Amino acid sequence: MISAPFDYIRPASLEEACRALGDAEEAGDDVKVLAGGQSLLPLLRLRLAYPSALVDIGRLPEPRGVEDRGDHVFVGALTTHDEVMRSSVVRELIPLVALATATVADPAVRHRGTFGGSLAHADPAGDLPAVALALDCVFVVRSVDGEREIPASEFFVDYLEPALEPGEILVGVRVPKLGPGWGFHYEKFHRTAQSWATVGVAAAVRLGEGGGGTVEEARIALTNMGPTPVRAHAVEAALRGADFAPSGSNGAPDRIREACDRADEGSVPPTDLHGGPEYRRHLARVLTYRAVRAAGG
Amino acid sequence: MPRITVSVDGVTYEEEVEPRLLLVHLLRDRLGKTGTPIGCDTGNCGACTVTLDGRSAKSCSVLAVQADGSEVVTIEGLARGQEWHPMQEAFHAEHALQCGYCTPGMIMAAIDLLKDDPDPSEEAVRRGLEGNLCRCTGYSNIVRAVQRGAREMARQEAPRETRPETRQEAPAS
Ligand SMILES: Cc1cc2nc3c(=O)[nH]c(=O)nc-3n(C[C@H](O)[C@H](O)[C@H](O)COP(=O)(O)OP(=O)(O)OC[C@H]3O[C@@H](n4cnc5c(N)ncnc54)[C@H](O)[C@@H]3O)c2cc1C
Ligand code: FES
Ligand code: FES
Repeated sequence: MISAPFDYIRPASLEEACRALGDAEEAGDDVKVLAGGQSLLPLLRLRLAYPSALVDIGRLPEPRGVEDRGDHVFVGALTTHDEVMRSSVVRELIPLVALATATVADPAVRHRGTFGGSLAHADPAGDLPAVALALDCVFVVRSVDGEREIPASEFFVDYLEPALEPGEILVGVRVPKLGPGWGFHYEKFHRTAQSWATVGVAAAVRLGEGGGGTVEEARIALTNMGPTPVRAHAVEAALRGADFAPSGSNGAPDRIREACDRADEGSVPPTDLHGGPEYRRHLARVLTYRAVRAAGG
Repeated sequence: MPRITVSVDGVTYEEEVEPRLLLVHLLRDRLGKTGTPIGCDTGNCGACTVTLDGRSAKSCSVLAVQADGSEVVTIEGLARGQEWHPMQEAFHAEHALQCGYCTPGMIMAAIDLLKDDPDPSEEAVRRGLEGNLCRCTGYSNIVRAVQRGAREMARQEAPRETRPETRQEAPAS
């Protein structure tokens, strides 16, 4: 299908882009930011969205690229998935982002789709929102009125609804480095190679010093278990102090599994072609166990 | 209407386009490059894959205005005169198509894959082509074709003295 008509604005700088969005907002126009277009163009073609104009920021020189800034890594919103995967800073310092990005879509989509676009799109089936939530990332957004920061826990408001005000552009994301001792895993379950997650689990696990194998801290967030990504607080609390010894050894109960069985608490899983809520709850429990074992192992 | 300049298969075109015109429609309907087909409405099938500024892209998921100033290579830009590209030859030789609808996209995606991995394993080919769907072949012949095409491309690009046939010709010393 062909999308409904719209005006096209290609600003030369981020400032100009903010101004274009600000002006449109004052005029009461429904303007949308266009980055890689890999989510927006299919929506337009299916006529699920009718913006009056697109502001194309896709070729601006900034904000793109990855920067090591001491206690965190700053990922510019326009950095493509492909660039994220190739970045040694991402692979070494924020590996959970690299692991999840490698599961996003396919190579051609990753050449154009952007890190910021996947987050601003706020699709609970997207792989990066859960990662941002698990890692307590901070979103940096800009408008004509200046810059502000939004914690990940407040960024995902509802289905396809980020906490961006009209006229605001996501500039980039601060991804905290979790430091030594942490292990990471992204476990995604999907039916066909390039498809979205039926359910996904982002896990970061820190074991105690001295190789004791006891969980000191865990961060878990779920993909596609509600209208927004879901932080599995119940699992995180139950994992604290749990022993990583091989399951069933000494006849002791597997406390990791008991903790992960709480993965679906507080979730409101959707129904679609791939399954209903009960199936997704089951998947969430099984996949969380796999993710935690892989992250801590 | 925005005016754009875009190079397609080595020829530069200047076109006035509606903002909503997709790159694939520019290629097919305005420039007559019907070698690039459209298989879906959602960016899933990969039939429309082209090279945009050096890397693969789904031309149904790019606006023509977004390609302003860019270089596009389609399946029609691969052959040199009457001589097919080695990847085209390999798809022919390995029977890697039945209806052929997915083939242009498969070949463009395969060539892109080799830029990062010139000698891909079967697993790497399957992963690299995950964004291209074929409803006919069952993929096995496609995977074989990509590996065959890769070997042939490496042979053609290798310095002359390391090519097997020239080594045979070299006088024994
Ligand atoms: C076939 C296919 C399979 C896919 N599979 C997956 C998958 O498995 N997992 C996954 O996570 N994703 C998947 N995606 C989506 C992909 O990750 C997209 O790249 C991403 O969701 C959007 O990034 P974009 O830059 O293309 O954004 P666009 O499509 O340009 O924009 C998306 C939305 O975000 C807004 N936006 C974009 N950038 C900004 C910004 N900087 N500031 C404010 N608003 C902004 C836009 O206005 C729009 O509403 C898939 C896409 C396709 C086509
Ligand atoms: S036509 Fe472009 S991906 Fe299907
Ligand atoms: S040969 Fe028919 S779709 Fe691939």
